[in-house]
Amino acid sequence: MMSEWPLLSLLIWLPILGAVFVASIGEQSPKLVRPLALGIALAVFALSLLLYAGFDATTAAMQFQEKAVWIGAFNIHYHLGIDGLSLPLILLTTLIGALIIVAGWRIEDRVHLYMASFLLLQGLMVGVFSALDALLFYVFFEAMLVPMFLIIGIWGGPNRIYATVKFFLFTFFGSVFMLIALLWLYLQSGSFAVADLHQLPIALEAQILIFLAFLIAFAVKVPMWPVHTWLPDAHVEAPTGGSVVLAAVMLKIGGYGLVRFSLPITPDAAAALDWLVIGLSLVAIAYIGFVALAQSDMKKLIAYSSISHMGFVTLGLFLAFAIARNTGDVAGAGLGISGGMVQMISHGFISGAMFLAVGVLYDRVHSREISSYGGVANTMPWFAMFAVLFFMANSGLPGTSGFVGEFMVILAAFQASIWFAFVAGTSLLLGAAYSLWLVKRVFYGEVANSAVAGLKDLSGREWVLMVILAVFVLGVGIWPFPLIEMMEASVAELVEHIMQSKLP
Amino acid sequence: MPRSGFVPVMTLAELQLALPEIFLLAAACGILLADLFIPTERRGLTHMLAVVALVFTAILTLRLMMAPGEAVYAFSDTFVRDRFGDVLKVFSYLILAGVFVYAKHYLRMFDLFKGEFYTLSLFALLGVMVLISSASLITLYLGLELLALSTYALVALDRDSRLGSEAAMKYFILGSLASGLMLYGMSLLYGATGSLQLAEISASLGGGAGDSMLLTFGLVFIVIGVAFKLGAVPFHMWVPDVYHGAPLPIALFVASVPKLAGLALAIRLLDNGLGGLHADWQGMLVVIAGLSLILGNVVAIAQTNIKRMLAYSTISHMGFMLLGILAGTPEGYAAAMFYAIAYAIMSAGAFAVLILVSVDGREADQLDDFKGLARRNPWHAFLMMMILFSLAGIPVFLGFFAKWQVIAATMAAGFTWLAVLAVLTAVIGAFYYLRVVKLMYFDDPSSEQPLKAPVDFRAVLTVNGMAMLALGVFSGGLISLCASAFVG
Repeated sequence: MMSEWPLLSLLIWLPILGAVFVASIGEQSPKLVRPLALGIALAVFALSLLLYAGFDATTAAMQFQEKAVWIGAFNIHYHLGIDGLSLPLILLTTLIGALIIVAGWRIEDRVHLYMASFLLLQGLMVGVFSALDALLFYVFFEAMLVPMFLIIGIWGGPNRIYATVKFFLFTFFGSVFMLIALLWLYLQSGSFAVADLHQLPIALEAQILIFLAFLIAFAVKVPMWPVHTWLPDAHVEAPTGGSVVLAAVMLKIGGYGLVRFSLPITPDAAAALDWLVIGLSLVAIAYIGFVALAQSDMKKLIAYSSISHMGFVTLGLFLAFAIARNTGDVAGAGLGISGGMVQMISHGFISGAMFLAVGVLYDRVHSREISSYGGVANTMPWFAMFAVLFFMANSGLPGTSGFVGEFMVILAAFQASIWFAFVAGTSLLLGAAYSLWLVKRVFYGEVANSAVAGLKDLSGREWVLMVILAVFVLGVGIWPFPLIEMMEASVAELVEHIMQSKLP
Repeated sequence: MPRSGFVPVMTLAELQLALPEIFLLAAACGILLADLFIPTERRGLTHMLAVVALVFTAILTLRLMMAPGEAVYAFSDTFVRDRFGDVLKVFSYLILAGVFVYAKHYLRMFDLFKGEFYTLSLFALLGVMVLISSASLITLYLGLELLALSTYALVALDRDSRLGSEAAMKYFILGSLASGLMLYGMSLLYGATGSLQLAEISASLGGGAGDSMLLTFGLVFIVIGVAFKLGAVPFHMWVPDVYHGAPLPIALFVASVPKLAGLALAIRLLDNGLGGLHADWQGMLVVIAGLSLILGNVVAIAQTNIKRMLAYSTISHMGFMLLGILAGTPEGYAAAMFYAIAYAIMSAGAFAVLILVSVDGREADQLDDFKGLARRNPWHAFLMMMILFSLAGIPVFLGFFAKWQVIAATMAAGFTWLAVLAVLTAVIGAFYYLRVVKLMYFDDPSSEQPLKAPVDFRAVLTVNGMAMLALGVFSGGLISLCASAFVG
C-alpha cells in the first residue's frame, strides 16, 4: 500500500512546491513563514521514514521506482529509484533539512526567501540521490547550485560574494565535463538510463577519458585535494545553515556520484587509475590535516577537517581494486566501499553538528576566531558538553560514528597496502590534535574576556538541535549495524559489478 | 518536387501558400496609411492594429500548418512552404508581439511613440518571412534586404540621438558591404551551377557538375554573409555598436526576431542549397563558431554597459547555434533551431527587464542600474534571474536544454574538442551572468524609486520569464516540434 505512493516524487516535489508557496506568502504574512517551512520539512522527514520502513535491505535492486517519459526525442526519462547506497543519504538529507530550518529560526533578512531556498535545495538534493536517469541527475546536480549561490551570497559573511562566485564557478566547471561524458555515453548507447550505462561496454582509452571527466566533476564536489580551495571560502562565508547543508549533504553528492557513476560505468579505468584517487585521498587526509592544525578561524578549521575526512571516503571507495589484486578476495573488497559510505553518513552528522556548534557561539559573540574565546565551558556547561562530544567524534573516538567509518577504511587499507594504512592512520593523530586543541582553546581554561563571561547557555531551540545530532552520532557509533545492513546488499552487488571487466 | 524552367503563371493555390505574407504586406501598408490619420494621443490604436495584424498572420500560418508537412513549392520554385518555415514564422510573430508590448512602454516614456516603429517592424517581419520561405537565391536576397533596410532605419528611430545615428550608419555601411559580398557569392554560384533555385543548385552539386574552384570561392562569400548577419566572429564588429546605440526596444528587436531569420538564412543556403559542400563549409563554421564562443564570452566580462555585455553574449550564443548547424545532420539542425528560438525568447526577456529598469528618461544601460533590484522589485528580479541562469545554461532552465542539444550534435559530428571548448566558454560566460544576479540580489539598491510598468508589459514579462522554467521542464514538446521540421 505504502510503496504504491510515489514517495520519491513526494520527497522531491513537496519541498520544492513548498518553497514556492513559502516564498509567495512571505511578503504578506511573515509570521507564518517559519512554522510553515518547519511543517514542510518535518512532513518530508516523516515521508522519508516511510521510505525506510518500506525498504527491503535484502536486495540490491532499485526500489520505489517511478518512471515516465520526459523528453521522448532523446530517450530521457523521469526515472527515480533507490537502493541501499542512496537511501541512507536521502534520510540524512531530510533530517538535516529539518534541522536547518530550526537553525535558521532567527534569520531576519528576507526570511521567506531563506526558508524557500533551503526547501528548494532539499528537494533537489533528494532528486540527485534518487535519479536513475543520467540527464535527470545532471539537472538536479546543477540546479542545486542556484539556491546555494543565493544562500551564501545573500545571507553570508563580509566576503560572501567572492566565496559564492568561486563556489559556483568551481562546481560548474567540474560538472560540464560530466555533461560531455554523459553525452558521449548517450551517443554510444542511445540511452541516458543509469542502468543501461552500467552495462555498456567501453574501450579502455575511452573509459579513462570518461573516468577523468567524472572525476573532475565529483572531485570538485567532494572536494578532493587539489580542487578543494572553494570549500574553506564557502564555509567561512556561508550562514550557519548553509555551512551545515554544504558539509553534511552536498559534499556527499560527490562521493555518491563516484559510487553511482564512476565506479560502475568505468570499472576498468577506475582499476587502472585507482592509484591516482588513492594518492589524492592520502594527500587530503595527511596534508590537509596539517593545514587544519594551522587555522585560527573555527569554521575554516572544520572546513579543512571536512576535506581531510572526505579523503577517507574517496580512499575507501577506491581501495576495492587494490584489495582484490592483493588478496584475491572479491567479497572482502567491499569493506572499503562500506567504510566510505558509513564515513559519509557519519561525517554528515558530525560536520553538521560542529558547524551548528560554531553557529551557536557566533550568534552570541559574532566572531569565528578561536582567539576570541576561552573558557566557554565555564559559562555554557551544557553547550560545552555537546560541543566536546562532537569534536571528539570528529577525531574518531570509539563509540561515536566517526570511529566506525574510519576504522573500516583503515582496516581495508591494511589489506591493500600497509603504507596506505599508515598514511591514513595519521588522520587519527592529526584529527585528534586539531579537534582537541580547538576544544582546549575555546572551551577550557580561564574565561578569556567579558564577551565569554556574559554568555548564556543553550536555548530550547538549540537544545533540540544538539540532542538530535548527539543521538545520531552516538547511535551510529555504538550500533552501526542497521546502517551497514541497509547498504550491504547494494555494496556487494556494486563490488561484483566493478570486478568484471567492461572492455568490449 | 521543384520544376525546371520558367513558368510565369501564378495559380490560386500558389497564392494561398503565400497568404500570410500577402496579408502582412497589405496590413503593413494599411497601418502605414491609417497611422497618418491617427492623432498622436491615440497612437495606442496603431499598436493595437499591429498586434491584430500579427494575430491574423499567425492564424493564416497556423491554417497552412494543418496541411501535411510536405514541402510545397510555388511561384516557379522560388518560394517554399514547409514545416521548418512555419514553425519559425509562428515564433517570429509571437516574439514580435512581445516586442511590441515591451516597446510601447519605452516609446511612451521616451517620447518616441510613432507609427514608424510599427510599420518598419512589420516590414522587417515580412522580410524575415520571405527569407524563411525562400527557395531561390533571389527571394532569399529580397527577404534579407527587406529585413536589413527596415532594421537600419529602426536603429536610427531616435533621430536626435547621436549614438543612434552613428550606430545606424555603421550598421548600414557594414551591412551593405556584407550584402554585397553575399550577392557576389551568389553570382559565383550561379556561374558555377547555372541556376538560382536552391534545389537545382543542390542537385547539380550532387551530380558533380560545376567548377569546384568557382564553387568554393562562392561558398566563402556566402559563409561570410551568413556569419555577418548572425554577428559571428570575425564579422561581429557591428553587434556591440548597434546594441549600444539603438534605443532599447530596437536592440530588443535586433536581438530576437532576426536571429530566427539568421538561422533560416544559414539552413536554406548551406543545407538546402549547398548541402553537397558540407565538408567545405563545416571547416569554416568550426573556426567561426569557436572564435565566437571564445571572444563573445571573454570580452563580455570586461563590459560595464549591460547592452554591450548582452551584445557580446549574443555573439557567443550565435557561436553555440552554429555548433548545431555545422554538424550538418537533421539532429544538428533541429538543435540549432531550438537554440535560435530559445535564444530569441531569452534575449527578449532580458532586454524587457532593461526597459523596466529605465526610469527618469534615462536608459538603464549600466550594470550598476541593477543594484538591489531584488529589493525594489522582487518579482521582476526573480524573472530576470531565471533569464540570466537560462542564458548561462544552468538546468533546469530553457537555455540548458538548448545548449546540451547543440553540444550533443557537435559530438555526434565528431568534434569532441569543440564541445569541450564550448562548455568551457560557457563556464566563463556564467561569470558575467552571475555578476548581474549578484548586483540584483546581493547589493543594496542605489535608489528606492519603485519601478512602474503598465499591466500588459508586466503580464508579458511574467509569461516570458516563466517560459524559462516551463519550456525547460517541459522541453520535450519544443524539442519534438523542432525535430519534426527536419524529418524526411
